[in-house]
Amino acid sequence: MSADVNNHSPNDSNPLGRHDLEVIASWIRPGERILDLGCGDGALLKYLREEKGVLGYGVEVNPAKVLAAIANGVNVIQIDLEQGLVGFDDAQFNHVVMSLSLQAVQNTERLLREMLRVGREAVVSFPNFGYRKHREAIAVGRMPVSETLPYQWYNTPNVRFFTIADFDALCAERGIEIRDRRAFDEQGRPVTDDLNLNGSIAVYRLARQSA
Amino acid sequence: MTDTTQASFSVAPQGVGVVSPQCARFTELLHLRSGGVIADYELVYETYGTLNADASNAVLVCHALSGSHHVAGTYADQPNNVGWWDNLVGPGRPLDTNRFFVVGVNNLGGCHGSTGPSSINPATGKPWGPDFPMVAVVDWVHAQARLADMLGIHQWAAVVGGSLGGMQALRWSMTYPDRVRNCFVIAAAPKLTAQNIAFNDVARQAILTDPDFHGGNYYEHGVVPRRGLRLARMLGHLTYLSDDQMAEKFGRDLRGDSLKYSFDVEFQIESYLHYQGDKFANYFDANTYLLMTRALDYFDPAREAEGDLSAALAVAKANFTIISFSTDWRFSPARSREIVYALLRSGRNVSYAEIDYGAGHDSFLLDDPHYHAVMSTALEGVTV
Repeated sequence: MSADVNNHSPNDSNPLGRHDLEVIASWIRPGERILDLGCGDGALLKYLREEKGVLGYGVEVNPAKVLAAIANGVNVIQIDLEQGLVGFDDAQFNHVVMSLSLQAVQNTERLLREMLRVGREAVVSFPNFGYRKHREAIAVGRMPVSETLPYQWYNTPNVRFFTIADFDALCAERGIEIRDRRAFDEQGRPVTDDLNLNGSIAVYRLARQSA
Repeated sequence: MTDTTQASFSVAPQGVGVVSPQCARFTELLHLRSGGVIADYELVYETYGTLNADASNAVLVCHALSGSHHVAGTYADQPNNVGWWDNLVGPGRPLDTNRFFVVGVNNLGGCHGSTGPSSINPATGKPWGPDFPMVAVVDWVHAQARLADMLGIHQWAAVVGGSLGGMQALRWSMTYPDRVRNCFVIAAAPKLTAQNIAFNDVARQAILTDPDFHGGNYYEHGVVPRRGLRLARMLGHLTYLSDDQMAEKFGRDLRGDSLKYSFDVEFQIESYLHYQGDKFANYFDANTYLLMTRALDYFDPAREAEGDLSAALAVAKANFTIISFSTDWRFSPARSREIVYALLRSGRNVSYAEIDYGAGHDSFLLDDPHYHAVMSTALEGVTV
């Protein structure tokens, strides 16, 4: 299920190679316990361990990526997220991260709930289907293909198609507190105006709404 | 680099070649979990590779129910006697003997050379037989620790084991947390289920009720409880295989050309199981089989923490690699995940791979490329 969009090459200005990961890293304090769902080759966990001394665990279902994560020296647990996070305790982690994979799971809502159960905060990033370029593609009658949605409709690992506005609505409806929300355009520049129209990738910091 | 050198690098990795077992004698009292004591015992072991100057590259391989110290290589006088985990150990193999000093030990109570029920009890001058004290997994660990002391190994770079061997590796990490840097627990479980114990019990009953068992004193009667051992192995062997694998390998194939309508061997699977049972009964000691299966039954390290495995594992310091196999129903992936979740809870470093492979519990002995890639990669990460 985890999307191959995790494999962009790093560059000098951005050691993680992806701007959403930089934001995610900025929300994590040294020494935290982190769970990274759909961790791919474990690049984020490796960075967080080296830079912030976190105790991190990745979850990955793809055997080749599990192997790559082991090669990166990070903790990786091979389980299928479609089965939820049974086996993990409540509030076991400071942050549960899911970067660019939420759109690739079937049971999105349950997984969000599970993330907020086992983590004190959840951090998710996802491609915004409401991005201007994506809307333009739909307007001329084609499914969008872009930097953040690099697949054709017939080979995409993505199974859930939603916008920043959709996600905001879900959070409001399900009592999920949005503690922070950022968006970036295709060049990785932060977007400040009309995130749903101008943001190619969105990053959220979430918590259960306190009663 | 000359062409000759290159050629020697390009050939498939070879094993460790001809090896010889060694024997270590211990005369310090060993107090056992059961309350028993052994005053004088020997452990037979083999080593592969070279111990480095600061003894930081030693890896202990723990064997399963019927395994032995003969992990890899062959013997000069028995070229066909290949170690039970030979595919894992050797230059260029996952347990690379160019880097690691690998040690295999026959467990106390075994029948491959270490002191066990078939050894002579110095107090009586006769085989120990049923008087051999009940040994637990933790006793093996203590005995192996003394061997490590003798070899000058303060801390294992890794302790590796499959099945009952995996349980020993897990036990090592809890009993001697400072002596294990990395722990590989493969196709194992944190404790047996009722079903697991039931299978062991049927196997033991087959031996205990064999008229040739003589209460465990069969040595002095010049017999062995062959029928019991044979049945025990046939039953055990069944639990090591997967249904799909048996279907593929044997299906309903007949031994002969047509049905005989008798209770003789009709199907190939019967022939195979009989062969396995006979082979086992020819070399394995029945009292050892009883002891080993009992050690499995009793294994439950969480008991020391009122059933809380993560609390019991909190003392461990090793980095863990846990591996299970999709078709293993004896110790299914869910059992390995119990260990994984307990390690997560106690904040240990742990990676878990579930290998999609069709050979049931026995998969851990085979050389599925992905399984071995996981082992190689994880072992490359072990600093020496």
